[in-house]
Amino acid sequence: MLWLLIFFLAPFFIVLKISLSDMATSIPPYTPQLDTKLGLLSSIPAYFKALDFENFIWLIEDNLYWKSYLSSLKVATISTLFVLLIGYPMAYALARAPTRWRGVLVLLIILPFWTSFLIRIYSWIGILKTEGFLNYFLMWIGIIDTPLEILNTNIAVYIGIVYSYLPFMILPLYAALEKMDDSLIEAALDLGSTRVTAFWQVTFPLSMPGVIAGCFLVFIPAMGEFVIPDILGGSETLMIGKTLWSEFFNNRDWPVAAAVAVVLLLLLVIPIVLFQRQQEKEHEVVA
Amino acid sequence: MATEVLDNIAHESWNDQNVAPLIRFVNVTKKYGDFTAIDNLTLDIYEKEFYALLGPSGCGKTTLLRLLAGFEEPTSGSILIGGEDISHIPPNKRSVNMMFQSYALFPHMNVEKNIGFGLKQEGRSKEEIKQRVDEMLALVQLEEFATRKPHQLSGGQRQRVALARSLAKKPKLLLLDEPLGALDKKLRERTQFELMNLQESLGLTFMIVTHDQEEAMTVSSRIAIMDKGIVKQVDTPAVIYEAPNSRYVSDFIGDVNFIEGIVSSQDNKKVVLKTADGESLILHSETPLDIGAIIWLSIRPEKVKVSKTKPENVNNVLQGKVDDIAYSGNVSTYYVRLANGNTVKAQATNSRRLSAREITWEDDVWLYWTDTAGIALSE
Repeated sequence: MLWLLIFFLAPFFIVLKISLSDMATSIPPYTPQLDTKLGLLSSIPAYFKALDFENFIWLIEDNLYWKSYLSSLKVATISTLFVLLIGYPMAYALARAPTRWRGVLVLLIILPFWTSFLIRIYSWIGILKTEGFLNYFLMWIGIIDTPLEILNTNIAVYIGIVYSYLPFMILPLYAALEKMDDSLIEAALDLGSTRVTAFWQVTFPLSMPGVIAGCFLVFIPAMGEFVIPDILGGSETLMIGKTLWSEFFNNRDWPVAAAVAVVLLLLLVIPIVLFQRQQEKEHEVVA
Repeated sequence: MATEVLDNIAHESWNDQNVAPLIRFVNVTKKYGDFTAIDNLTLDIYEKEFYALLGPSGCGKTTLLRLLAGFEEPTSGSILIGGEDISHIPPNKRSVNMMFQSYALFPHMNVEKNIGFGLKQEGRSKEEIKQRVDEMLALVQLEEFATRKPHQLSGGQRQRVALARSLAKKPKLLLLDEPLGALDKKLRERTQFELMNLQESLGLTFMIVTHDQEEAMTVSSRIAIMDKGIVKQVDTPAVIYEAPNSRYVSDFIGDVNFIEGIVSSQDNKKVVLKTADGESLILHSETPLDIGAIIWLSIRPEKVKVSKTKPENVNNVLQGKVDDIAYSGNVSTYYVRLANGNTVKAQATNSRRLSAREITWEDDVWLYWTDTAGIALSE
C-alpha cells in the first residue's frame, strides 16, 4: 500500500493539481503556487479557488486532442492484435519445445532488452528507410522495382510497436501455456476432438489469462507511446504521446499537458477496472 | 491345475472357442529409442471383460493403455478392435475412451459441459446431449453438481465426473488409468464395487491399469501381470493367486515363501522335495517334474500354520525361532528363522485378544502345512 501511495498516488495528485492550474511565465510555469507568506490558513482557500477545469474544457473544444486519443486508440488496438497474432504461435512453440531448449529460447526472447530501447528503434530507421536493408533486400529478390516509402508513415509506427512489445506478449502467454496439462489435450482427442478443435476448445480458453495479461501489457504502453511515433512516424502520425510531448516541451503549457495525461490515465484505468469487476463477478457466480 | 478354481466363474469367454476376442494385440512391440516398452506382445481381451493390467512402474502397462487409446503407435505388430486394425488410427476416430489418472477434467467447463464434451464433438443435437448428460449425471449421482466447475468438487466427485465423461459416448472399450489412485482407502474400496457394478450393468468392456494388486484382484475378471514389457501370466484373480506360473507372479501378488529344493521322487501328483538341509517336503504337482530338477516350493504365509508344540500327522514340518511379529490388527505375521538362516513367514488370524497370544519373540516354534498348500515353480 505504501508503495502504491508513494509511487502512484502521490505523482498522480501532483499531475492532477498541475492540470487544474493555469499557464504562467514563471518557474515552474504554472499558477497558483502555494504562497505561505500570508500564513498557511489564509493562503490555502485562495490556492484552491485558483484551480479550475479550464484545461479539460480546452481538451474538448480543440479537436486536436480527441483526434490524437482516437488515433492512439486505433494504433494501440491494431498493434495489440498483431502482437497477439505473432506472439501466440511463438509462445505456443516455446511451451511445446523440449524442456532443455526452453531456457535458451526464453533467453532469446528477452535478449533484445540488453540493448537500449532507443538504439533499437533508431536501428529500424536503417532497415526501413528508402535506401534501407528492407528495400534493398526486396529489390534484390525482385519483388519490387522502386523502393517502398515505409519510414515516416504509420506503417513504420506499427512495425516499431509490434517489434518492441512482442516480448511483453510472449512471456505471459508462455507462462500460461507452459503450465497447461498435456493430458487435457489428450482427453479432448480421446473424446473425439481433432487437433484444431482441441486447440480452440481447450488450449485457447485456458490460455485466456495469458492473452489478457499480454494484451494489457502491450495495449497500455502502446496507447501512450511517444518514442516510436516520434522516431519512426511521419508528420501525419498523430498520437496522444506525441501531442503531450509537444504541449509540454514546445508550448511549455504544463497544465494542458497534465490534463492530457490525466485523461489518458482515466481512459486506460476505467476500462481495466470495469473489466476486472466483471471478471470478479463471473468468479462469484460460479463460486 | 487351474480348472477347479475356474469352475465358479459363470462366463469365461476366453475359454470359449466360438467367441472372437474384442481386442487383439498381435506381436505388438513399442520402442522408445533403445528402450523397449512393449516386447512382442500378443494378447486377447473379450467383450464384457474387466481386464486388469498389473505390474510395477515401468513395466509397460501404461504404454499398453496408451497404444489402445491411440496416443502411441506400435513400432511393429498390430492392434485389432472387433477385427479392425486400429494401430494407426488417431485417438479421435476410435470407439475407445479413457479415464485419465489425473482425471484431465477441463477446468474451464462445468460438470455438464465436461460430460457432454465428447457428444458435442460428434455433432449431436443440444437435446440429445442434454438427455445423455442427465443420464450420466444420474448414473454417477452428481445431478445437483451439474453446473459446478471441477475445482469446486471433492476428489471423489471429480473421479465420478471423469468416469461419466468417459462413458458418455458408450465406448466399446473403456480404459481406466489408475482410476482410484487419488482416493483415500475407504472411498477407493467403495468405488471399486461401484465400478464393478457399473461395468456389469452397462455390459461394457473395461481395461484397468493399476499397481495396486488388491484393487486388481477385487475388480477384474482377468489379470495380466506384466514385467519389462512382457506379459508373464494372464488368468483370473484366483488362478493368479493360487496357481502362479512363475516366482515373479507369485511374489508380485500377495506375500509368499519360496523354499528351494530338488525333486527326489514323484508318484502321480505327489512330489517329494529334498532341501539342502536334508528336509523332505511333500507337495502336489499336476505336471510331471524331472527327477533331480531344482524347483521352488511356493507357499502363501496364510497357508503356513505355526505352533509351539510339534504337530502330529503332518508331512511338512519345519522348526525355527520367532524373529519378528508383524501385528496388523486382524492378522499377525510371524517371521520364523530356520536353522539354515532362511526366514519363513506364517500368518495367523488374531481370533483371540492380543494379550492372550501364546507365541512371542524368540520362541521355538514349528511351522507346518498340508501337502496341497504349496505349489512347485520351476521358473
